[in-house]
Amino acid sequence: MANVIKLKKGLTINLKGRAAQKLSAAGASKVYGLVPDAFWGMKPKVVVKEGDVVKAGDALFVNKLHPEMKFVSPVAGKVKLVERGERRKVLSVQVEAAATQEYVDFGRKQASSLNAAQVKQALLDSGLFGFIIQRPYAVVANPDDQPKAIFVSAFSDMPLAADVNYVLKGREQDFQTGVDALAKIAQVYLGVQAGSILAGTKNATVTVFEGKCPAGNVGVQINHVSPVNKGEVVWTLGAEEVAMVGRLFNTGKADFTRIIAVAGSEIKEPQYKQVLIGAPIGDIVAGNVQTDKKVRLIDGNPLTGQQTYNEGFLMAHSTEVTAIPEGDDADELFGWISPRLNEFSVSRSYFSWVMPKSKEYTLDARVKGGHRHMIFSGEYDSVFPMDIYPEQLVKAIIAGDIDRMEALGIYEVAPEDFAVAEFVDSSKVELQRIVREGLDMLRKENE
Amino acid sequence: MGLKKILDNLKPTFSEGGKLSAFGSFYDAMETFFYVPNETAKAKGAQIHDAIDSKRSIFFVIIAMIPAILFGMYNIGYQHSLAVGCTEECCWFNQFLYGLGVMLPKIVVSYAVGLGIEIAIAQWKKEEVHEGFFVTGMLIPMIVPVNCPLWILAIATAFAVIFAKEVFGGTGMNIFNPALITRAFLFFAYPSMMSGDKVWVNADYMDCINGTIDGYSCATPLGQLGAGEPVTYSAMDTIIGTIPGSIGETSVIAILIGAVILVWAGIASWKIILSCFAGGALMAYLLPYGDAEALNFQWWEQLTVGGFCFGAVFMATDPVTSPRTEGGKWIFGFLIGAMAIIIRVLNPGYPEGMMLAILLMNVFAPLFDYFFVQSNINMRAKRAAK
Repeated sequence: MANVIKLKKGLTINLKGRAAQKLSAAGASKVYGLVPDAFWGMKPKVVVKEGDVVKAGDALFVNKLHPEMKFVSPVAGKVKLVERGERRKVLSVQVEAAATQEYVDFGRKQASSLNAAQVKQALLDSGLFGFIIQRPYAVVANPDDQPKAIFVSAFSDMPLAADVNYVLKGREQDFQTGVDALAKIAQVYLGVQAGSILAGTKNATVTVFEGKCPAGNVGVQINHVSPVNKGEVVWTLGAEEVAMVGRLFNTGKADFTRIIAVAGSEIKEPQYKQVLIGAPIGDIVAGNVQTDKKVRLIDGNPLTGQQTYNEGFLMAHSTEVTAIPEGDDADELFGWISPRLNEFSVSRSYFSWVMPKSKEYTLDARVKGGHRHMIFSGEYDSVFPMDIYPEQLVKAIIAGDIDRMEALGIYEVAPEDFAVAEFVDSSKVELQRIVREGLDMLRKENE
Repeated sequence: MGLKKILDNLKPTFSEGGKLSAFGSFYDAMETFFYVPNETAKAKGAQIHDAIDSKRSIFFVIIAMIPAILFGMYNIGYQHSLAVGCTEECCWFNQFLYGLGVMLPKIVVSYAVGLGIEIAIAQWKKEEVHEGFFVTGMLIPMIVPVNCPLWILAIATAFAVIFAKEVFGGTGMNIFNPALITRAFLFFAYPSMMSGDKVWVNADYMDCINGTIDGYSCATPLGQLGAGEPVTYSAMDTIIGTIPGSIGETSVIAILIGAVILVWAGIASWKIILSCFAGGALMAYLLPYGDAEALNFQWWEQLTVGGFCFGAVFMATDPVTSPRTEGGKWIFGFLIGAMAIIIRVLNPGYPEGMMLAILLMNVFAPLFDYFFVQSNINMRAKRAAK
């Protein structure tokens, strides 16, 4: 019987436009782009030139700090463009897809017969290692580290997030193979919700989490199962990415097809789509976005994702693409006093607390208030289910006090763990940005 | 929309380089007063936000103060009509009108001085005007005696806004409750205006109540107790609030209505309010003034007189100057309650102790937080050492 952990703190945000359990495949796109920024903490060194012909699985760029870590093309075709921004920063490497897809053959492997080094090597070669995120710092894992554990969260309770049960239905075998392979490196912990199709996974310690968002955040689960102390490293991987690892070993192909939710109030038919990482957002949402108002497209969910455009490419870790109203033309009168029945708030000065829990809200991208110093206390704490003082930690980061950040537990957190706190904050502080900066600052200091 | 157009047309005038750019923050304040800012989330970070903002929270504090303000106005008139001996003929509405006439100038002065300084400083720092002073500016007239002259009120307000708030960095950064600093300033700089038995009844002549008085003496319950005299007010008087005292503090019922609004809206910490009453009750029980029968004053009446309720509900719960940790709030409230009674009973110089108790605990609030945060830090260090 799996261990059950109940979390009291958190907040369920019920947005309109959840993806219906209906799957369609996105057609082949002309161009695919791999975005290095999705692999935070990695310095890309592009190893292809424009015009090179690549197979799916050939490296497009490698990690400058660990050249053995490859980031491979999701499609076969011709390298079209290495897009660079300011100071020649690589923004994306774009590949024009060929008519017929050829894959690099990495060879089928029996996970049980491999050792840790062989598993690592297979992941590094196939471009899957870059999907592993480590704590501390919430950056791409360092292959030289020996993690104390590998954590996988098999559910997301972020608003509009894809349902892992639906995404991985029928792919349990791949998932199990992935877990078997990762277990060679370190003990695997799997966090699930009651009723998960992955609850029976073998070779992993399964913990059931009950609670509101962000209980599905892997960081929250780590904090309750085996918190990261200074000097320790744990690795994390998304549930579908574990299945991709399994698929690599079962088929010998690095296949970056995934099933994402296309959701949100401004999506005409919210549903699931089978897409390839790097596919243009415009192709994924084509014809499915409301056109009667200004819409914000988000790569990811509205709490942790980032704004994207039709020209953007689906980022590596994204499990959903969402669309919400931009709202910058709302011109709402007297927001500080009018009842605003359609707004959602944790505060009882609004009426969302009397509405039925099933009510779905259409929230736009407005910040809905002026930026202030932190005035009201306890706001972050009420949606932060970890034994960390979030407000004090954020203040330590703002002050640049490294010792205090360490003492208050910065090694255990990632920006996404502060997403709900950023949502509820009445002072509208950009918590995720601040935490990201704090983590990067600390990493620079310690290296 | 017409209003939006007017604001948009005026914007260039108030923006950098415009004719009235010196009043840019005033324009900002007006614009955000009318409209929710249309600013949208940055490309990275949370793309959606809760509808709550500091403006709305702070406005709800003002709503919570309304019962106490209205009762305070009525009570000004009621005390005046008692003094001139016309309670029989004066209806409550005339008494209220009289109070309104006395109170309004105080509110206007407090807001004009405080907001004027805030807007000037915001302009200087090129920031938005923070709305925190809307609460402070309403609190200030409520916690002074009715006879406090307007010019003194103006000086005290200016002192508090500049030295208790803006020098620390504005709303959210101050250590002391600015409204209480106003009162403390008055208390120590103009003691004759703040206590004694001459300051509690307004003697001005107004049309709504006929009759004039001169230098009318009238002691508050705490004043009587401080002098060792029996209290001439019943417990019912003190709970309803028909007693002399600072304008907003007298009615327990009106204040408790405010407390319910504040706690319900999740703005004030119920932990602070509850523990403050617990601390006060315990200390009042342990430290009686003397013979309860002879003084006509039971121990629990301590909680109904003076500024105890008002301080516990509207002052101690100021989120900025109270502890940030939940555990710290319990200790903070408890010690305020206990300290207020200790000062009242044991210090002959100060019949009322609530103001000093809260200011004292404002200083200690970071210390209470320190205990709880440090225990979290120690827990983590211990875990790492294992």
